[in-house]
Amino acid sequence: MSTVVEHVTCTFCGCLCDDLTVEAEGTEIRKVRLACSSGQGIFMDYDPRPRQPLVDGREVEWEEAVAEAAAILSASDSPLIYGLSSSASEAQRKAVALADRIGAVIDSTSSVCHGPTGLAMQAVGEPTCTLGEVRDRADLLVFWGCNPDASHLRHFPRFSLTAKGALTPNGRADRTVYVVDVRPTGSSKKADHFLQVDIGTDFEVLTTLRLLVKGLEPSVDIVGGVPVTELKELVERMKSCRYGVAFMGMGLTMASARQLNVAELFTLVAELNEFAKFSVIPMRGHGNVTGADQVLSWTTGYPFAVSFARGYPQFSPGEFSAVDMLARRAADAAVIIASDPGAHFPAAAAAHLERIPTIVLDHGPSVVASHAHVLFPTAAYGVDAAGTAYRMDNVPIPLKSVISTGRVTDEEILDRIIEAVA
Amino acid sequence: MILGILGGRIYDPRNGKDGEVGDIWVKDGRVVAPEDADREAAQTVDAAGLVVMPGGVDIHAHIVGSEVNSGRKLRPEDHRGHERARSGNLRAGAGGTVPSTYLTGYLYSELGYTTVMQASAAPLVVRHTHEELEDVPNLDKGAFIVMGNNHFVMQCIADKQPEKARDYVAWLLRASRGYAIKIVNPGGVENWKWGKNVAELDDGVIGYGVTPRQIVQTLASIADGLGLPHAVHIHGINLGRHTSARTTVEMIAALDGHRAHLCHLQFLSYGAGRGHVHRSEATAVAAAVNASAGLTVDIGQVIFGDATTMTCDGPLQYGLHRTTGHKWINDDVEGESGGGIVPITYKPSNPINGTMWLTGMELFLLIDDPWRVFLSTDHPNAGPFTSYPQVIRLLMDRDYRREMFDSLHPRARRGALLPELDREYSLGEIAVISRAGPARALGLEHKGHLGVGADGDIAVYEECADKEAMFAHPRYVYKGGELVARDGAVVADVTGRTFSVAPEYDMGIEAELREYFKKAYTVSFDNYSVLAGHGAATEIVACG
Repeated sequence: MSTVVEHVTCTFCGCLCDDLTVEAEGTEIRKVRLACSSGQGIFMDYDPRPRQPLVDGREVEWEEAVAEAAAILSASDSPLIYGLSSSASEAQRKAVALADRIGAVIDSTSSVCHGPTGLAMQAVGEPTCTLGEVRDRADLLVFWGCNPDASHLRHFPRFSLTAKGALTPNGRADRTVYVVDVRPTGSSKKADHFLQVDIGTDFEVLTTLRLLVKGLEPSVDIVGGVPVTELKELVERMKSCRYGVAFMGMGLTMASARQLNVAELFTLVAELNEFAKFSVIPMRGHGNVTGADQVLSWTTGYPFAVSFARGYPQFSPGEFSAVDMLARRAADAAVIIASDPGAHFPAAAAAHLERIPTIVLDHGPSVVASHAHVLFPTAAYGVDAAGTAYRMDNVPIPLKSVISTGRVTDEEILDRIIEAVA
Repeated sequence: MILGILGGRIYDPRNGKDGEVGDIWVKDGRVVAPEDADREAAQTVDAAGLVVMPGGVDIHAHIVGSEVNSGRKLRPEDHRGHERARSGNLRAGAGGTVPSTYLTGYLYSELGYTTVMQASAAPLVVRHTHEELEDVPNLDKGAFIVMGNNHFVMQCIADKQPEKARDYVAWLLRASRGYAIKIVNPGGVENWKWGKNVAELDDGVIGYGVTPRQIVQTLASIADGLGLPHAVHIHGINLGRHTSARTTVEMIAALDGHRAHLCHLQFLSYGAGRGHVHRSEATAVAAAVNASAGLTVDIGQVIFGDATTMTCDGPLQYGLHRTTGHKWINDDVEGESGGGIVPITYKPSNPINGTMWLTGMELFLLIDDPWRVFLSTDHPNAGPFTSYPQVIRLLMDRDYRREMFDSLHPRARRGALLPELDREYSLGEIAVISRAGPARALGLEHKGHLGVGADGDIAVYEECADKEAMFAHPRYVYKGGELVARDGAVVADVTGRTFSVAPEYDMGIEAELREYFKKAYTVSFDNYSVLAGHGAATEIVACG
């Protein structure tokens, strides 16, 4: 039976484009319209065949896998729940319920991407806006330490660089675009102005911009490899624009100074509002990593790196963040939901993951799944499971199930584990 | 299940009971007549000597959704020291001025509250509001949908098409599963996207040429025309400014007899005082309220201590950020709204904070009809809802009120009317301003009273001289007939309902909206409505 589903949401990145059309024949997806090349893979590479759970590599019935997972967690003194960014908020809520029930530490992939952005927001606040405001109003864009041309492929045409909106009917021609980065990128080639800063000098450059905004004169001619005259030109544009928006990425969060870089940018943006309307939007990566921040915040008060070990939520990045829990060997069991720390974590943390019993929920193969003690093959939200995800600007968007495979969702599995450990 | 609460002193103003001794019977979650309750099968509670009231109804609080959750995330310092550990089936949580969702439900139970309205939600992000509402236990809830800066509404006004605006509003209330129309700084939030604001009712909205007056009149008229159970819920212009009392009085006149609810009126009742300190204009504002029978208000009483200001009123929050230097969130929402968040601490030693405090008190005491003035702190803007017992004591105990007044900065006290106001609220009047009145203003027929057919939402208190202690530790609290709190501590986690409205409209507008969405939004028309997608089950309250 062939089906055509419209207004489908793609979960690849934080843009959550929700204008796709997906054609399927039974459980086989034949064609995806409007998706970028990354988004195509979400649908076209999906293996819809139902699979049985594995315990120590052996196919078992669901009951046995759930019982084994519950046994691991019941025997654990310090369980870690990690991942969440490719899951739906409905499942993220269950993951927190499980953490609360068993006294676990829970963390999302935020802690290894925009965690410092969250810390900066907690320090100085964050003047922001939705992506529609960017499209409709923004006449000045500054991309700092991010490269949407490679990472968020429809960001430029849908929301920013070339998007046409109410006050920007000519799209690209109505905007001035800056890229600030440590090396030329695909994005910098499309900008009007590229400021190449020396590695590790973002903070200095941002501070200099703040100084110039305040009308002060720096005592040097070059900061971070950028002539002050160019910074002055940027400041003049920022102060005189109609609606400016800065986008920032891991070039700031994962460079030295981390959250200090981000806080400096957020402060600059706040201070610019004395002269012109200005906002900042973090370029969140995975489909629903923003939702993980949201769900953790509403259930625990904190966005990531939360421990329930003492019965109540405690927030301590660097202590309860997954990399640190693992590298310190502080976790003695782990539930990994829809992410692959086995492939992406530093060696010491990844090595500890191989030492402790792991329960993995994932819809496809991964390094961490390959050595899981209990592996639950799940449905993929947005492909064969419905749910809710949050776009990088915190707008919630429904995820559709475009094919019917009978595969089990993260939410259902987590629910059964909660019941089994109760 | 059958429940009997026997021999208590019943304060049920809607049914004319002011402390009469009697029994309340609840069966299957609703109050029933004594003859319909099987006493043999009932669980009974000896309430002799105790005060029995309907569960509290909060008409205006920010408890869930985008602005609240940004406030939670923004303020780890707010939660620390206010955590709650998991206990049995009760979830852990973090409190403070912006508590996590489960704890929010529990804390309301521990005050005897059973119904709370979420004061604002932009429809673009209302799916988030509903997700959080599902995670707030022990309360029945609803969400007010902000429309006072909505592009489609403003375009209809500019085009002189009120019928189209009415159809759109009805569609939008359904699509967002909202309960009421909310207006926040009409036109001012749109102008803030240009770095500007409005200051007068006849100022223009950039790009539309419409005025705050037209926006308020149009939406108030639509709320009446659609027969919405709750009137248009208005946060006016100039909030916090020394011109606010004047424009509030002008706004009341502009309503021209339409029903309306003015929220957190305290923040909008100031005049210009000496030395850059606002003065209370409660007398003038209360007089205007007293003269307008179709009007209800809540106060937004300032509580000394920590608070987190959060509102769709973006320019206001920027001003507060500039004044205090505190961290600031702004969030402009395409086509609809905006908002900001700034933490604050109110201190009696600050003359402006002192003036705000006494303005709220004066309004409570000068508005004659308790059925039209309701208890609120605009949680968490003027203070947390957990301070309601303190406000009740201030209203019932003039000596306590005087004591607090005497602690204010001399510049706040100078020339103040408050010391001359001897009025003390009675228990019956407290039952009106915290239960019967807001329920009636919300059009929730089953709430705020204990007559046959009412929801079995009941709070039982032990009366003592210290009314703050009394209301902070209810002996028993029932939600739908189930015991949820005892001796001031939550004991159960039960699922609450979410109310919404479904007014009739001409479906023909949907074709136009589908086209409009292609240009106006970055989300597909079909994905915008929360009727599509996961969750958001609500109970429809009839329009009439």
